[in-house]
Amino acid sequence: MLDAIAPFFEKLYDDTGWNFIVFYEQYEYDRLIEGIGVTIQLIIASLVFSLVVGIVGAWAQGAKSAIVRYVIAGYIQVFRNTPPFVQILFFYFVLGNLTPSYDAGGYQVAWIGNFGWAVISLGFFAGAFNVEIFRSGIEAVPNTTREAADALGYTRLKSYIHIVFPLAFRVCLPALNNNLVNLLKTTTLAYGIAVPEMMYTANQIWSDNVNVSEMMILLFFFYIGLVSVLVYGMHKWERQMKIPGYG
Amino acid sequence: MPVLLPMAEQVRQAALIERREGTYRLNMQPRHAIWVIGLFVIVCGTAQAATPAGLIGPVDALFKWMGFILWGPEGALTGFALNLIISLLAMLIGTVAGAALGLMQVSLLLPVRQGSWLVTQFFRNSPWLVLLFTIMLLFPFEIDLGFVVIPVPDWMKAVVGFSLPVMANISEVVRGAVQSLPSGQWESAESLAFTRRQTLWMIILPQCIKRMIPPWINWYCILAMATPLCSIMGVEESVTYTAQALNAEGDRPELIPIFYSFLLVIHFVYTYPIARWSIRIEKRFAVKT
Repeated sequence: MLDAIAPFFEKLYDDTGWNFIVFYEQYEYDRLIEGIGVTIQLIIASLVFSLVVGIVGAWAQGAKSAIVRYVIAGYIQVFRNTPPFVQILFFYFVLGNLTPSYDAGGYQVAWIGNFGWAVISLGFFAGAFNVEIFRSGIEAVPNTTREAADALGYTRLKSYIHIVFPLAFRVCLPALNNNLVNLLKTTTLAYGIAVPEMMYTANQIWSDNVNVSEMMILLFFFYIGLVSVLVYGMHKWERQMKIPGYG
Repeated sequence: MPVLLPMAEQVRQAALIERREGTYRLNMQPRHAIWVIGLFVIVCGTAQAATPAGLIGPVDALFKWMGFILWGPEGALTGFALNLIISLLAMLIGTVAGAALGLMQVSLLLPVRQGSWLVTQFFRNSPWLVLLFTIMLLFPFEIDLGFVVIPVPDWMKAVVGFSLPVMANISEVVRGAVQSLPSGQWESAESLAFTRRQTLWMIILPQCIKRMIPPWINWYCILAMATPLCSIMGVEESVTYTAQALNAEGDRPELIPIFYSFLLVIHFVYTYPIARWSIRIEKRFAVKT
């Protein structure tokens, strides 16, 4: 891969001074690939975590206990109305201090590192939106459908798995996609606690090679490309999942 | 197909609006806010009571540094005050530029329409932090006009950096509002011999303002919550000052939770009423169909 594009970018540098060093030097290229990998891992991990938070939260919102409902409502309010960046710092510096660490031969290593905290805080941030999205989706399934499932002998859980959830999921898919795109853009905030993702890696590369504008162009291409691919795929999926004769 | 309630249709419509405006519809109640702040006070009190004798307690430390975090050293107007100044100025610039860009998006000239669409999509889909870094690192630190040299401090660059994504999103809000009006409005204006400019200024835009105000306020909230980002570049706002205050107190582990919670609470106290207010306005302006 690198061998194929290296001559072009080396020539570009010699001719114009545009220094895309990541495309002709093995070391910087590996760094970039690693950064991209961490970003994608971060996106997938925090996405999964936020979906779990959303599903559990939506389920807990219907709990009988008023305390549970209050806790969920308070959680949503706090995470929606405070800066996500401060949330990440809070998780990392405050909760990171309180969690146990183990001895790794002379120095202490925390059980949950900065990547873990980034996933947790981003997951909770996006999860606060997912809870409401899932709840509105579940509420949109009419009672008569549930009763029909009941009459056909479905248990509560089975009717949730086979009837309520598939319908609810289709209803809330567009809103979930919006949230997912936002989450993708928010992962850059992990820079603040030194998670070696794309933004952080780019910063290291331009600090070493003084090619700020080139790396910036690359960053824009990377993120806009990622968002476009995601939006395209999701729209396609939305069309496939559409309930026939509806909407 | 009357299987799904009209509610499902509502959810779908809400998602469509959300996608267009790029913001979330907030749904909140004041009693939650009271709970959150009450919890903060209780935690502060416990931490204070648990402090060993001879050390300055977390609450005392917080009171000592509160002024510093909120408005910085005497006469400097930094800290949280700078967060507010940055957010207000960025909103001002973003709104003016975004309104212009949004109107360009409904222009009849194809190149103008496509160009402004491209600009909008570009700034809308890049992460805020990347835009902020670009402006912070590539913008000159002073502007030489030949006869006078204007210094550009870091916080002013941050204003520009924040106004770009706001501009793009406001542009979408404007375009969405103009296009959401029924085409009958345009047609009847045409039949009354209004020119296009007159139609836009006298018929379309006055009706759009009502639809644009709630998402506009919502965007201000999002912007206000994004301003702590510029602490990464060392702008002297609340997060930077909190870290400095903690440093000055020797980074004691029992102070860290209280100081960072305080940071969350001041942002919460500021944005929450505004978000509430936008919901009220939205209800009042809701078009009855």
